[in-house]
Amino acid sequence: MSTTQTDSDPAPAGGTEDAEASREAGAQLSTAPGEDRLNVPSLGLLGWLRWTWRQLTSMRVALILLFLVSLGAVPGSVIPQTSVDAVKVEEFRQKHDVLAPIYDRLQLFDVYSSVWFSAIYILLFISLAGCIVPRSWQFVGQLRSRPPRAPRRLNRMPAYTTWRTDAAPEEVLGAARSLLGGKRFRTDRAEGADSVAAEKGYLREAGNLVFHIALIVLLLAFAAGQLWKAEGSKLVIKGDGFANTMTQYDDFRSGSLFSADDLDTFGFTLKDFHASFESSGPNKNTPRDYRADITYWEGADGAEKPARIEVNKPLQVGDSKVYLIAHGYAPIVSVKDGKGDIAYRGPVPFLQQDTNLTSSGVVKVTDYRDARGRKDQLGFQGFFVPHFDPKSGTMFSQSPMPKNPVMFLTAYRGDLGLDAGLAQSVYQLDTSNMKQFKEKNGRAFAKRLDPGGTMKLPNGAGTLKFEGIEEWANFTVSHQKGNGWALAGALAAIVGLAGSLFIQRRRVWVRAATGPDGQTVVEMAGLGRSDSARLPEELGELADELRRDAPVAAPPEPTTADSDSDAAGSGAGSGAGEPDTGSGSGSASDPEPGAEAGPTPPTAGDAEDGAATSPRGERQ
Amino acid sequence: MIIAAANESLAEISNYFVYSAMAVYILTFFAYIAEWVFGSRSRVARTAAELTGGKTGGGKSAKGGAAVPAQAGAAGKESEGGGTAVLERPRVVTRSSSGRRGDLPDGPGAAAGDEQGDLYGRIAVSLMVLAFLLHFSGVLTRSLSVQRAPWGNMYEFSTTFSMVAVGAYLGFLVARKNVRWIGLPLVTTVLLDLGLAVTVLYTESDQLVPALDSYWLWIHVSLAIVCGALFYLGCVGTILYLFRDRYETKLIAGGKPSAFATSVLERLPSAASLDKFAYRINAAVFPFWTFTIVAGAIWAGDAWGRYWGWDPKEVWSFITWVVYACYLHARATAGWKGRKAAYLALLAFATWLFNYYGVNVLFDGQHSYADV
Ligand code: HEM
Repeated sequence: MSTTQTDSDPAPAGGTEDAEASREAGAQLSTAPGEDRLNVPSLGLLGWLRWTWRQLTSMRVALILLFLVSLGAVPGSVIPQTSVDAVKVEEFRQKHDVLAPIYDRLQLFDVYSSVWFSAIYILLFISLAGCIVPRSWQFVGQLRSRPPRAPRRLNRMPAYTTWRTDAAPEEVLGAARSLLGGKRFRTDRAEGADSVAAEKGYLREAGNLVFHIALIVLLLAFAAGQLWKAEGSKLVIKGDGFANTMTQYDDFRSGSLFSADDLDTFGFTLKDFHASFESSGPNKNTPRDYRADITYWEGADGAEKPARIEVNKPLQVGDSKVYLIAHGYAPIVSVKDGKGDIAYRGPVPFLQQDTNLTSSGVVKVTDYRDARGRKDQLGFQGFFVPHFDPKSGTMFSQSPMPKNPVMFLTAYRGDLGLDAGLAQSVYQLDTSNMKQFKEKNGRAFAKRLDPGGTMKLPNGAGTLKFEGIEEWANFTVSHQKGNGWALAGALAAIVGLAGSLFIQRRRVWVRAATGPDGQTVVEMAGLGRSDSARLPEELGELADELRRDAPVAAPPEPTTADSDSDAAGSGAGSGAGEPDTGSGSGSASDPEPGAEAGPTPPTAGDAEDGAATSPRGERQ
Repeated sequence: MIIAAANESLAEISNYFVYSAMAVYILTFFAYIAEWVFGSRSRVARTAAELTGGKTGGGKSAKGGAAVPAQAGAAGKESEGGGTAVLERPRVVTRSSSGRRGDLPDGPGAAAGDEQGDLYGRIAVSLMVLAFLLHFSGVLTRSLSVQRAPWGNMYEFSTTFSMVAVGAYLGFLVARKNVRWIGLPLVTTVLLDLGLAVTVLYTESDQLVPALDSYWLWIHVSLAIVCGALFYLGCVGTILYLFRDRYETKLIAGGKPSAFATSVLERLPSAASLDKFAYRINAAVFPFWTFTIVAGAIWAGDAWGRYWGWDPKEVWSFITWVVYACYLHARATAGWKGRKAAYLALLAFATWLFNYYGVNVLFDGQHSYADV
């Protein structure tokens, strides 16, 4: 870390006195920690601990940690993530047998829950907390203390103006105080001081603290959401129902602190399903709209209520939300065995393979006897095509609508493998212990079926009838805690951030003292946290208003008589007279070659000031 | 059917608008070039003069010092760094807290006071307004043809994006900000962006898939476009800052930059001004960018059942956000001001761009609805 050499000196190129002056005057204008140098402690364990803590909570380390978080997030977008798409991770594993184990070691398939990523953000948030606490105290202290007294030499401040008036100093200061107070500055006049100090914009600091605290709330809410989350999906055929228990889900994932008792008690029945598709244009056949009409019940003996679930409009029950994810077709089939008895009957969901809902699926018949009455099992495998067009030359569907539905099936007999005890997908056929039916000529037996059509297996082994089509919809039920907190945290963060970035914290001082000639010299200066274009403008406006109570008096000496004609000249010169607010030319500035000639008499007490670097009592 | 036909012809009209806008942007481009070329005739090495002795001849009248009647005497030798911002009545002496460098004068702009150059500059701005109107009409008709907001795919996103950038630039000009200097780099990239849009990214107008049909989309994407366009202006400011800063450093060190660098950089605002311009834009946009991400999360929560799922697009929005936060922190930490912070700002914008182009093209997350 060689970047530790920092100068918190706001005036690196200016004179040291200047720097000193503005540092004094700008003390506590923010609660940002000073960047201390990396001086390694010589103390024992306690010293080291304290040193580590101070490093951890320094802005520099916060910066590094922030940077690491963003860097650490990158691999998660390049490498497939288990939490996003487990199937892709599997594919990747199969393709890269050298890389995959390394990635596994480094937890690169689970970046966002990996040890190293967690370490970074936990450190960041410790750092954040360690930063917020002292800053909050400091801020409270600032709110209770008074704005610092005017620095000795106000003309060293970033914005400065002065004039002479015939009003008495006390009058000017009184007027200044009520003027600034009226503008919601906090004002203060120290005992016997010839100046008024004022400060405004504390909300900036408050906003900044709110922002950082909100980030912690957000993180905690997010963490709670992850730990207690549960998500499962369920495919429901039209007319069927679902009850929210773990056993009913097709697949279910949950966070480490989730238990089955946390599931909300509810259920629903899919009454009807509507899908509409683009009928023309280049995106023809892409879905326009999905809608599931359901009735649902809630609680132990809740009454059934109708509701609808649409793509962006989930159903909310308790902490659970039910989303409509996909839909498809379930051909209704009936299978007769070799004896002519019904062995299976019902809708079988087929899963979508392409955007036009060419779907694949299997029919498993466990309770089957062959023509001679021997027990066996049957499996059918194939495709359902909602819009088949023989002229197209393909068996892929031409649109997602069931305009000309057909099924293409092939059949197997043998052991379906269901008794092996291993979990098996209902959408896949394990043919390792099965034999495919063959045509007489030895080719694999396969048939195209229209609705109402029947497929006869060879040798009287049975029939399958395509009786009709039903629709199904796939739902995801997600159960999440802490969403409300996360949202509140996010919104508070934005509000705080806006306060922190849009509000300027600044100080204004007004000094009025009797000059050697008996006139009152009024000086006003402003100091902001950074060079602000608005500050000079604001100071100008304040001065303008103050001049109502302290009107400009004609200068008694001829030395400053050129100042008026001069105003016009420099006005034209400074960036085409642009008052500028925030466009870039911050402090409209011009060379000031005439400055050395500034032949004005110094105010009393100013002469010895040249080398004084720390004016007395400026800090409260 | 009739409606569909009308829509298709609207889409065609939109294309004509976009092509005409491009034609006018090309003219604008040449007008800006002419402004710079003619402007190079006047040699106003103000910065050099400022840094080497303070004796600026000619138009620079002595001033400032006298405006500090009471105490200027004591401050005498320091005060060559001061300047004045002239308000209606009270004169406020300003002095940058970053010292002499902070008080360097801004350049006079591309035309550098050259009459012909200025004329071309004005022509360029007028052409830009015309091109913007055409561009706007193109985006509007496109939007009407698809009967939704014009950002369902990368073509629409790109055209809208550059339109907003130009609109922001013109807005700054209307608000009398000193930004004319961005004109040339801006129009150059707008042309690149539109060129890319009409060739590589072009997508026929179409409807949205249901997941994109939500008012959160409207908020999220429109804000993303506006933030991106403004971040882009900030980024241009940062790049120019880096050049100008090097130039000033060289002058201070007593070096002699090449004639070309002198001619071009001399006419830009001072490094301090450019830096401030970039910082203000980035800082002002950051809360909106934060809100963009939050709106996206809310939308994702409604559409996909999780508000944050580390989808590549989400990851990169997050990265962009964090890098901008880094930049803001860097600015608040003294040791990182200046060039280092500027590099962070560039990195931040690079991540923004990558999130837009890179992620859409390279990864297929749930966000990749946006057809290339
Ligand atoms: C989650 C990570 C963090 C994010 C996203 C973040 C973001 C921000 C932002 C956007 C600002 C506004 C900058 C400005 O006012 O110009 C800021 C200011 C600040 N942050 Fe953080 N911050 C984070 C963590 C921290 C940590 C860990 C610390 C403690 C060391 C810290 C200390 C500060 C301080 C002191 C300021 C005020 C700077 C000033 O007053 O100018 N931040 N932060």
